[in-house]
Amino acid sequence: MSKINIKIEGHPYQVEEGLTVIDAARSCGYEIPSLCDFNHGECNQGSCRVCLVEVKGMRSLVASCVFPVFEGMEISISSPKATAARRTSVELLLSNHSINCQQCDKNGKCELLHVAKLTGARPEMFKGAQTPVTLDELNPSIVRDTSKCILCGRCVARCKNAHGNGVLGYENRGFNAIVAPAGNRPFDKTPCILCGQCVSVCPTGALMLKSEVQKVDEAMALGRHVIVQTAPAVRATLGEEFGMPIGTPVTGKMVAALRRLGFEKVYDTDFGADLTIMEEGTELLGRIQNGGVLPMITSCSPGWVNYCETYYADQLDHLSSCKSPHQMQGAIIKSYYAEKHGINPKDIFVVSVMPCTAKKFEKERPEMVNAEGLKDVDAVITTRELADMIRRSGIVFAKLPDEDFDSDIMGEASGAGVIFGVTGGVMEAALRTVYHVLTGKEHGAIAFTSVRGFDGIKESQIEINGKILRFAVAHGMKNAKVLMEQIRKGKSPYQFIEIMGCPGGCINGGGQPYVRPVFLPNEDHDILDTYMQKRASALYSEDQRNVLRQSHKNTQVQKLYEEFLGEPNSHKAHELLHTTYKGREPFRD
Amino acid sequence: MAHLSEAAVVKINEICDRYIGEKTPLIMILSDIQKEYGYIPLEVQEIVSERTGISVAEIYGVVTFYSFFSLKPNGKYVIGCCLGTACYVKGAQQIVDKFSELLGIKPGETTEDGLFTIDALRCIGACAIAPAVTINGKVYPHVEVSEVAGIIDEYKAKEAAEA
Repeated sequence: MSKINIKIEGHPYQVEEGLTVIDAARSCGYEIPSLCDFNHGECNQGSCRVCLVEVKGMRSLVASCVFPVFEGMEISISSPKATAARRTSVELLLSNHSINCQQCDKNGKCELLHVAKLTGARPEMFKGAQTPVTLDELNPSIVRDTSKCILCGRCVARCKNAHGNGVLGYENRGFNAIVAPAGNRPFDKTPCILCGQCVSVCPTGALMLKSEVQKVDEAMALGRHVIVQTAPAVRATLGEEFGMPIGTPVTGKMVAALRRLGFEKVYDTDFGADLTIMEEGTELLGRIQNGGVLPMITSCSPGWVNYCETYYADQLDHLSSCKSPHQMQGAIIKSYYAEKHGINPKDIFVVSVMPCTAKKFEKERPEMVNAEGLKDVDAVITTRELADMIRRSGIVFAKLPDEDFDSDIMGEASGAGVIFGVTGGVMEAALRTVYHVLTGKEHGAIAFTSVRGFDGIKESQIEINGKILRFAVAHGMKNAKVLMEQIRKGKSPYQFIEIMGCPGGCINGGGQPYVRPVFLPNEDHDILDTYMQKRASALYSEDQRNVLRQSHKNTQVQKLYEEFLGEPNSHKAHELLHTTYKGREPFRD
Repeated sequence: MAHLSEAAVVKINEICDRYIGEKTPLIMILSDIQKEYGYIPLEVQEIVSERTGISVAEIYGVVTFYSFFSLKPNGKYVIGCCLGTACYVKGAQQIVDKFSELLGIKPGETTEDGLFTIDALRCIGACAIAPAVTINGKVYPHVEVSEVAGIIDEYKAKEAAEA
């Protein structure tokens, strides 16, 4: 890249040719107030007009997020004309925005409020008509409130980038324009998989997750036996909510916090992950040995399951019949745990702390109910909701000691379970065990690094007993679709496929802490390029520290089979740990 | 969702295939469908999405952006009332209001008998004869409020004669 000369506020700088004004200014140490601009132009349409700057010789102000720099360009960020224009842009956005900041989930993380402060926007400057409002809270995962929407289009871009054919788009025109699924339908009547990626990029409170904190409060107030379990990806990100650098694992403090919040037992969903590997690995071997349907595809990600049921209803027999780890663990808590401790399962309330908004939907599925009509899991709260609960209770997270998970019957968990939280992790965990079961030996290298990293589709193979096992890993539905089309055409070369709904896997789930450079003064702006890697490293380092790194070596899982389930894929295991799927239409009535 | 007849699906796919290789085929496909069927409901957009790989959300956005496309079937007679600047200052709003009053529908709506749709248009380029109304291609120049009832009756009579 060649360099060109520009001036900002009269100071000369050399910047790379081809950059937008906002990125060029950033490289010179300026942060121009902006709103719709996100992630180096992942969403970049210059729609909000908050980043206007003055350029010498230009007739009008330019939107710095889309306008490229040119040789000799003289930019003024803080000229009176530019600052007044930016303020007006924000005031216009605010004029059609429902201002109830204190009830808003984005309170404290709202980028509109942030730029309002930066630009000095005055209240009620353009009081007038408001666009008709839609409030969609019919599904268990996501709330859409168009009264907060500023039409920036970040959600539209993210949905499309992650999943190919996005669910969200612009509709209608002029003042009536809204961002919505086709026909302004509620999400639960569209092909939306409820992954929450749109929520994680929304700058305001237009897209929010549906909080279940109150359900947890109520269960505790009623004196229920409230047990919590935490997904692997939560420990990798919870620290971010308390100002820790991205990629800081906080397992011990998280457990300590949960105990102080009043949960009877604090369990690690990694146990459920190990259990999943035993069931799923056995299922895979059974399919290979008995000529079953191949490739088999993982079913841990409820977003992916929703997608498969919607678009590949004809291929559902490829999905593993295994429930996801937290559902398995919930089922075990309400059977084995209850039996062991002499507690009536009806009195138990299971809370899962998940990185995921689709899990909120998953736990409500009619298939996730046991023979007595009890749900496996009663409430799902996300990483962000847990952080809210911790803050609310006055706990100073950084000062907590490190504590261990409860270890009575589900305390042991392997490093294989930990890496479930990142794309490729379920595959790697499964390979560690499948290799052992088939050969009776441990694979020389415990880590299968070929399935690590963030390439859209990763594929590899290993030789087991002279036979080649080919496998592939995809994340984000755009990539999943490629593998599914191969299957539909009968041309899939694989025996085993891992698919996760969110790009990057659970570490980038819709319930994870927002990554917003403007609210992370200690992180470089490039954090948007590196945060997934950092979060993944937190999980891989946790795996590496673990003495136990293979699911089949988990002695408490072994004991569970001895005492209760019999063997993997036994009748009882099927009853408690497996599920069924059914196709559904993309646009349902 | 209601399902389309097999013949309709074949026809819509055939329309989509006319523009294979075009860089931006969507508007051309939608215009052909609009001309063929008179409207483009969500079910049809789903077929177009499947055939072209363009998301339903995007198609819906285009259909609702351009007033040429409609989501619901139009009436047999589409009363296009120009509300461009010239027509507006010559009293076009009163003309639209009169049509609305007599037919009992708002602009953009269709009468229950399926006969009339009122379409409020921006400038149709007939400023010299403002205010102008077009009905299925026939142009009515210098329309006055008192003439509106007569225009409606003209089409009702035509219908009665055909029946």
